Amino acid sequence: MSSFLVIFIIIVYLSAIFYVAYWAEKNSKSKWVNNPYVYALSLAVYCTAWTYYGSVGLAATSGLKFLTIYLGPVIIIPSWIILMRKIIKISKGNKISSLADFISLRYGNDRFLGALVTLVCVLAIVPYISLQLKAISETFNVITNHKITSNYIIFDTTFYIAILLAIFAAFFGTQHTDATERHKGIITAVALESIIKLVFFLVIGVYVTFYLFNGPTDIYNQASILPNFKVQHTIGGLEGGFNWFFLSLLSMIAIMLLPRQFQVTVVENEREKYLSKVTWLFPLYLLLFNIFVIFIAWGGNVFFKGQQVDADLFTLMLPLINGHEILALLVFLGGFSAAISMVVISTLSLSTMLSNNLIIPYGFLNKFSRGESKKNTVSIKIIRRISIFSLIILAYFFYKSFTLDRTLVSIGLISFVLIAQLAPSFFGGLFWRRGSARGAKYGLIVGVIITVYTLVIPFTIDSQLISSSFINEGLFGIGILKPDQLFGIQFLEPVPHAFFWSLFFNIFTYTIYSVSIVGNYRERNFAEMFVDSSKYALLHEDAYIWKGKAYVKDIRKVLTRFLGERRTERALNLFYMKYNINKNTQLADARLVNFSEKLLTGSIGSASSRILISSVVKEEEISLPEVLKILDETQKAKESNKELKEKDKQKDEFLDAVAHELKTPITSIRALSEILLDNKDIEFETKTKFLNSIVGESDRVSRLINNILDLEKLATGKEKLELNNNFIKNTIFKSIDSVAQLAVKKDIKINYEGLNDAELFYDEDRIQQVLINMLSNAIKFSQEKNGVVSVFTYVNKKTVEVSVEDNGKGIGEDELALIFDKFYQSKNQNILKPKGSGLGLAISKQIIESHNGKIWAQNIKPHGARITFTLPINLN
Amino acid sequence: MQKILIVDDEPNIVMSLEYVFSKENFEVYIARDGSEAIEIAKLKIPDIILLDIMMPNVDGYQVLKFLKENDNLKNIKVIFLSAKNKLSDIELGLKLGADKYISKPFSTKKLVKEVKSLLK
Repeated sequence: MSSFLVIFIIIVYLSAIFYVAYWAEKNSKSKWVNNPYVYALSLAVYCTAWTYYGSVGLAATSGLKFLTIYLGPVIIIPSWIILMRKIIKISKGNKISSLADFISLRYGNDRFLGALVTLVCVLAIVPYISLQLKAISETFNVITNHKITSNYIIFDTTFYIAILLAIFAAFFGTQHTDATERHKGIITAVALESIIKLVFFLVIGVYVTFYLFNGPTDIYNQASILPNFKVQHTIGGLEGGFNWFFLSLLSMIAIMLLPRQFQVTVVENEREKYLSKVTWLFPLYLLLFNIFVIFIAWGGNVFFKGQQVDADLFTLMLPLINGHEILALLVFLGGFSAAISMVVISTLSLSTMLSNNLIIPYGFLNKFSRGESKKNTVSIKIIRRISIFSLIILAYFFYKSFTLDRTLVSIGLISFVLIAQLAPSFFGGLFWRRGSARGAKYGLIVGVIITVYTLVIPFTIDSQLISSSFINEGLFGIGILKPDQLFGIQFLEPVPHAFFWSLFFNIFTYTIYSVSIVGNYRERNFAEMFVDSSKYALLHEDAYIWKGKAYVKDIRKVLTRFLGERRTERALNLFYMKYNINKNTQLADARLVNFSEKLLTGSIGSASSRILISSVVKEEEISLPEVLKILDETQKAKESNKELKEKDKQKDEFLDAVAHELKTPITSIRALSEILLDNKDIEFETKTKFLNSIVGESDRVSRLINNILDLEKLATGKEKLELNNNFIKNTIFKSIDSVAQLAVKKDIKINYEGLNDAELFYDEDRIQQVLINMLSNAIKFSQEKNGVVSVFTYVNKKTVEVSVEDNGKGIGEDELALIFDKFYQSKNQNILKPKGSGLGLAISKQIIESHNGKIWAQNIKPHGARITFTLPINLN
Repeated sequence: MQKILIVDDEPNIVMSLEYVFSKENFEVYIARDGSEAIEIAKLKIPDIILLDIMMPNVDGYQVLKFLKENDNLKNIKVIFLSAKNKLSDIELGLKLGADKYISKPFSTKKLVKEVKSLLK
């Protein structure tokens, strides 16, 4: 294919991607931009050109091992629903914009640690970016049939592509100074590219499997007669199993800690709940991507049998050799999308780290603390843009000057191992309070040194084809120091080997330092906040302990330098409103200090914002026990506050109900009196009836008021029970006497044959009140004709049970538990009968419970309801 | 003669309203809960209904909803009479299509006036 045509297509493709990003940035509120699918697809930035070409290359030469890179993520992602949620919560709560910020904040805003993490990331990722550029350049040469790349940069298409990508990342990546702001444009473009690369890869997979060959069985049959086939479809015994294990573990870490993954998963996360979509969508994506890898690889092996064709390029070569140029172009574009997504997101995340964790804290703080807001904002953006360009150009020259004659996979895995060195401090910081800054720093340094020794140096030497004695014989000729067989471990391949030892010493150093040296109070404060994030999330600014003296005026000045007058004013107003603080307060408290630090964190990183704010406040040392004590107290105060609010709400609801209940009789009284007043000539009989009703309703009001007061007294414990020795049978008879007249009037028989006596300790008046209430309810709900109410007792060892039952309709099953609620009126009440206050059973319950007894309702057969209460025989 | 349906589960409120509207020459019907109200409304098609909200089983909101969904009944004027007098309650009542919302306790004279002006 002519190179002009391909360049033209690349330009059209890139313009389309730019346009999508531009549109998404403009329409950032659109549902096409804000949805869990875009989020899940953007995570597929994990699949780079390496996945596109390298997997096939690896599968063609060493079999199924390529799967480990995807197995790790698939295993770990379900746990994200808890793990990643925690990470996202912490990051959002503290305005964290990168991995370096996360780790440095956890260890007490440690400036050096942040810078160290940044350097490790740059060291790991720049070669990885150059690998992507290499993939673009190589595949471009293959598809345009160029044999050699021009050595002059001006003629190298890849150089211009790299520059275009830098412009893209710089333009869409630095729209806001606050790096925690989401980059909708870039993310939407990446999500779109994730679809493109997957679809094109599936197309080529189907093409190879079903067009070039007759399905999977055909490929298998043809491939299986090739020499070397055994390696390609087995794990490789126990030794292979170890390698598989470590590689899966490595990719598990990579999916969380690669800077680009942290960027898309944490920083760009719009809503936590999007994670639940990711847990199934992303593994599915990886599965689809891997279905055809093995068939393309085997197909390539069969097709190019005996020819010198780079296995990494099988995906592209297969359609090209068979004359299907359009298909080859699709493959090229798919790989191209995979590469540029990775380049853009990686440089974006690295540039944030470079500016916020290295350049600003180490070089620009003084300048910023004197500059004015507009200038500072521009400076920050310029620093980020220069970082982006430098990174990409650095990667370009890296690719140009090292003739990277290695398979795509190996460089990728080296950067995985380097990134994995962040795992101990990252995960240790999330789950272990004692993990300390010093441990994190030394662990990281040791881990990187071991990686360089066991992996980077042998690899570089190897790729420069210089043979070295120290690889074959070990450093100073000591056999156990052989870089790829450290301490005599021989069965691990170089990458798992380096991963194992570097992480081993990293974790060891981290743990030893953390256990033996206690971190300072600040570190420990953040440790508590990170480890117990769910507990402290509610505390917001209160979770940070600070003692000292600071003036609002000074803090405001610092904020204004970065945010400008308007935004500072707005932020402070929100803060004052949230905590109900007077705007004219002169002295700043811990909350304002913490709040201001967070405000600046997004723009200049946590370490710098801490340094700037502390330059205007006078801080006092606090001891570690003091920090922990204050944290504990704040936490408890918050909890009791919550309880109070709940009680307040219940009280409100109760008052509402009381008001409603009081208004009903008053409505009748008001209406009836008004009628009597307006109609002087009203007949005597009606008049008497109305007046009687008024009296009845007035009684109802006073009954209600008495009941409410009663209930209140019992509930608050204001009224003491008058506890005496009493006989239960005697109390029951007294209560029956009180309702006897009512029963006679309604022609209802009261049956008390089942009474057993017992001597108990209780307040007789109160228990009588309960019994009368139960009896009158039973009379009210009994059958109209042949109504029978029965009272009986059971004397057990520890309790006496008293039951009252009627033979009425019973209580609805759904109401059994509700009837003891205040103001609950049963649905089955005959409305022609006078209503109660709706408090009787609530009061009864209160009385019984203050005697340490229980009360409940049940239905009996064939029909009727039974209310039972118990009283303990030994009342303590 | 114009027909009025009084729906309330409080006997004394019903009694007073029955007296007042009989005296104003209305044909008065009485329902003591929501389901009774619907039955009577279907049968008698009153001109106006005075509707309590908090009633056992079928409440006032449900009655109003039934009326509005029924072509024969949707033109009947409805006044809510309720002790619930929070702004949100009143808004909800009017949103559902009641013509008036009067909170309890109310003046019978004013109520008569409102009823008459609605029926004009």
